[in-house]
Amino acid sequence: MARRLLYLLPAALFVVLAGYFAIALTSGRDPSLLPSALIDKPAPDFTLAGFDGKEGLSRSALQGKVAVINFFASWCVPCRSEEPLLMRLAEEEHVPLYGIAYKDKPENARRYLDQLGDPYRGVGLDQSGTTAINFGVYGVPETYLIDKQGHIRFRFVGPLTAEAVERELLPRIRKLEGS
Amino acid sequence: MSRLALIALCLLALMSAARAVEPSERLRDPALEARARAISQELRCVVCQNETIDESGADIAHDLRVLLRQRLLAGDTDQQAINYIVARYGQFVLLKPRFEPATYVLWFGPPVLLALAALAIAVNLRRRRNRGEAGPAPLDPAERQRLAKLLAEDG
Repeated sequence: MARRLLYLLPAALFVVLAGYFAIALTSGRDPSLLPSALIDKPAPDFTLAGFDGKEGLSRSALQGKVAVINFFASWCVPCRSEEPLLMRLAEEEHVPLYGIAYKDKPENARRYLDQLGDPYRGVGLDQSGTTAINFGVYGVPETYLIDKQGHIRFRFVGPLTAEAVERELLPRIRKLEGS
Repeated sequence: MSRLALIALCLLALMSAARAVEPSERLRDPALEARARAISQELRCVVCQNETIDESGADIAHDLRVLLRQRLLAGDTDQQAINYIVARYGQFVLLKPRFEPATYVLWFGPPVLLALAALAIAVNLRRRRNRGEAGPAPLDPAERQRLAKLLAEDG
């Protein structure tokens, strides 16, 4: 009897594997999206210039605040698609959005925000891309949630969607702002 | 004509061997540049995930190559330069995973599986031998005679 059960082992292994693949394939999880190496670690220090030599964005200025940092660029097409959502978040949900223009010419970034609307409470220019590398950015758009202590709590790769905002971003912001 | 085709083919082959490292990125010090090349061949480009940053033409790979060279110029050891990038992008960028508790399953998995399979085969063989299933019965004299005859005919 035990021997006969042994013959079923390959079939059982197959079912387990097939089940694993089925879950992985249908969960909608993109395996190329990786968790940030900096989750729950202090956000990297940065001090970025703003438009027209005005004050830009720095980590020290965000100290003590919950902040959503959005890396964008005027040359980035998916950034345009998430822009209306960012506007809605800023106006209706009062999300503390801050923008970092990644490898963008100041005049182009300015024009981009003039045309599509500026959802940010502050914008910094990262023309060299160094700040983005320190954050572990793969490419724009990318969004980071930072808590009052300046730790990175959440990272979202790619254009934000209404669903992701509702399910993942807003609850986290509420929780951090409440604490 | 065929010689031309051959030359074209050789050039094509050379093209595929070319790396994405641009002349402007290279360091003047050949020893330092060699170290940078060796390291960048072990780091994964995060955008095009099965390419090294040495091969990749992606923007971020270019940035990381430049950053790596800056770190080496600043006096980092190879390990320090690698750690600098891993701290930002995670262990995933290492094409050769590190040997540490989190990766023990990865490193030990295949040999352990192999050992288990070998053990299973050994146990099975021993059990079979003990049970005396030593294959077909030996030939009796009549059969042996027939076999000899058949072989002789053949020769």
